Amino acid sequence: MTQTLNFVALLGRALISACSTLGNVALFALVGVSHLVRPPFQFRQFWRHFIEIAYFSLPVVALTALFTGMVLALQSFTGFSRFNAESAIASVVVLSVTRELGPVLAGLMVAGRIGAAVAAELGTMRVTDQIDALTTLSTDPMKYLVAPRLLAATLAMPLLVLVADILGVLGGYLIGTVKLGFVSETYLSNSWNVLQTMDVVSGLVKAAVFGFIIALMGAWCGYNSKGGAQGVGQATTRAVVASSILILALDYVITEAFFSR
Amino acid sequence: MSAVSDRGAESSTPKIRLRGLRKAFGDKVVLDGVDLDVRAGHSMVILGGSGSGKSVTIKCILGLITPDSGLIEIDGRDVGKMSHREREAILDRTGMLFQNGALFDSLPVWENVCFKLLAQKRITRAQARDKAAEALAQVGLAASVGDLSPAELSGGMQKRVALARAVAAQPDIIFFDEPTTGLDPIMGAVIDGLIVDCVQRLGATAFSITHDMASARRIGDDAAMIHKGRIIWAGSAQTLGDTGNEMVDQFARGEREGPIQMELRK
Ligand SMILES: Nc1ncnc2c1ncn2[C@@H]1O[C@H](COP(=O)(O)OP(=O)(O)OP(=O)(O)O)[C@@H](O)[C@H]1O
Ligand SMILES: [Mg+2]
Repeated sequence: MTQTLNFVALLGRALISACSTLGNVALFALVGVSHLVRPPFQFRQFWRHFIEIAYFSLPVVALTALFTGMVLALQSFTGFSRFNAESAIASVVVLSVTRELGPVLAGLMVAGRIGAAVAAELGTMRVTDQIDALTTLSTDPMKYLVAPRLLAATLAMPLLVLVADILGVLGGYLIGTVKLGFVSETYLSNSWNVLQTMDVVSGLVKAAVFGFIIALMGAWCGYNSKGGAQGVGQATTRAVVASSILILALDYVITEAFFSR
Repeated sequence: MSAVSDRGAESSTPKIRLRGLRKAFGDKVVLDGVDLDVRAGHSMVILGGSGSGKSVTIKCILGLITPDSGLIEIDGRDVGKMSHREREAILDRTGMLFQNGALFDSLPVWENVCFKLLAQKRITRAQARDKAAEALAQVGLAASVGDLSPAELSGGMQKRVALARAVAAQPDIIFFDEPTTGLDPIMGAVIDGLIVDCVQRLGATAFSITHDMASARRIGDDAAMIHKGRIIWAGSAQTLGDTGNEMVDQFARGEREGPIQMELRK
């Protein structure tokens, strides 16, 4: 009996703490976003992070997308040839890449790159009193550290995903024409005809949401880290894990919202 | 030599007034009812053993840590009842030297030094370099240091840059958490001179933590000692070592035997 009660109590505590964390994260996000519409604006900070995310993540995201497109074409060929459905490869590649693989894979790569970096930087600033120092130097740390990162990631991710979309399709095209013997024009017109605006738009919306989530989790975990180098390490791990899981979960939610009818 | 001087009629409201300040981390009580007055335009030195809650006291006054209970007044006004904006206005006039420097390592030294002036838009970025060179000269650093990143500096240099940053905006109230720790004796004296200068020339109120008794006598008008979360003595900094309070005298003279127990085991 007591064991059951203990278990229920444990469950209740876990639920309450999960809810309170969720509330705190939401509040944190709200405060961060509110600083985006209240002057003074931190253009310099925004630009620094935008370049860091959009430009310096480009190689990683580009390579991921290119190889994913190539593998996708190759794998679908092996599978589809059993049903004599090879002609569908072009459309499979272009739809999977723009709707799903572009945003999700770019999101996961950027979560590893930027989410970790944000958490580590803010975490170090927290444990070395730099965040407190900002407050004493007439600067709101939420405005200076968090808001620009949120905006930069939200705007940079769609750009990255646009590049990922193009390179993913290019990867499929390369394998299709060079290795699988498709005619170049047919492959391209197949891809182009099946593609609808909504496919690309949904992918870009996902990208923006994922970007926001990556910056938010990185900032939240870093901002609230404590306990020296070890704490910063934990914050970094937590940021990457949390944003990766959220990316996959929200991917489902957004897909459901766009395409379930 | 000493900072003690007659600065005319004393205004009755202290610059900073603490009453019954309490703070515990978990079940560890750090501040257990701190009462303290800091006179406007004077320099207060806080002494106390390592881990006795000196830094926590400063962070409470600055609002970086929320105390569990107690009153904090600045210029006679309760900080706890102030709006966000009013608190910001006070922080705008406050400088703080953190114990570990807390320099922004993503910014070069000159931007660190002029951070507050830039944030308040009191100078342009073009003017900031000259201003930084000036502030660095005050703490005995060459202007070329301004282009380095904080990670490229020695510990003592970082401390001095942090000090330059704390006083660059000519604050009204300045907190120094161990300003001379980690500096050589001569540079320590230079920094002490800078602190005295801030108080005497600019009329600022200084609140310093130090473990160095010579420095305490040089920079302090008043002194107080914190022990086990309470202020156990407050008086003139000049009497340190000869206050008549056995604990303070033991501390000031650095004696091993005395009423303050060496708590090696916890
Ligand atoms: N954020 C915190 N969380 C938990 N405990 C803390 C925190 N900050 C300080 N403490 C504890 O409060 C006590 C006082 O810390 P504080 O930094 O004020 O000491 P101090 O008097 O400045 O010592 P020192 O002279 O060594 O700098 C310490 O025992 C420390 O463990
Ligand atoms: Mg301290």
